Amino acid sequence: MSDLRTELKQSIIEQLNLEELSIEEIDNDDSLFGDGLGLDSIDALELIVLLEKDYGIKLTDPNQGKEIFISINKMAEYIESHRTK
Amino acid sequence: MDRSKTYFITNSIRIKNEKFLQKKETILSFDPEISFPQFLKDSYKKLELNYPKYHKMDSLCKLGILGASLLLKNQNFTEDTALVFSNRSSSHDIDLKHQRSMENIVSPAVFVYTLPNIVLGEISIKYKLQSENVFFIEDKFNPDLLVDYSEGLLNSGKATSVVCGWLELKNDEYDVLLCLVSNNGKIPFTKVNLEELYRFENE
Repeated sequence: MSDLRTELKQSIIEQLNLEELSIEEIDNDDSLFGDGLGLDSIDALELIVLLEKDYGIKLTDPNQGKEIFISINKMAEYIESHRTK
Repeated sequence: MDRSKTYFITNSIRIKNEKFLQKKETILSFDPEISFPQFLKDSYKKLELNYPKYHKMDSLCKLGILGASLLLKNQNFTEDTALVFSNRSSSHDIDLKHQRSMENIVSPAVFVYTLPNIVLGEISIKYKLQSENVFFIEDKFNPDLLVDYSEGLLNSGKATSVVCGWLELKNDEYDVLLCLVSNNGKIPFTKVNLEELYRFENE
């Protein structure tokens, strides 16, 4: 279970170009947006792409992202129950 | 409109051949063998930009931010500082990257940089500018256009200073000249002087 969370952190750092951040600095419950990692709206779209590319999850309604991209834990829970690959 | 007024090149930055020149003086240089991505990364570190958003930008924006950071450092400028940029290849490199990504799933973070004038927005955000800006696509460096357009903005009172220049990037080959133009300085803002600053590192 923790492997998926570490994998997610690595993917987020790489795909969102968060070069000054390390896996160790991201807590599983940190907010991804706002005061947490400070991601923006383009990052949210990249996370939707990441879900599709890496886990075969297609979000048809971008608003779903608000409930999924809260934290690493929330993302991992959603991936575990919806992944197709 | 006061057409008799003389403006000055208050500061200038040239980025070419793994070097940064300020008013013709080399202030930072790297190994000529350095790759372009590494050059952008190492320049960011050396200049201590401390601006994490830089890493998300495309290479054209990174060049613009590097140039503007040095150009505007310790300079007096106000939020009406206009941006008058030009190049030959528009947003060529990121356009190609975007085109290639179409074979799979398109990246929104790449797509948003597929216009040359995005760099003007990035510089405006970093320096809190609320000003006129324009990005011309020209066959070659055109000091006539830069001087005429910049003077127009200054004379009309739409800007009290202007950052103008050439920000070219194609296939990782870069060629940059940025000038801060204002009422202060010793080098008159003329086509000849602008051309000379551009030619300096080319010769």
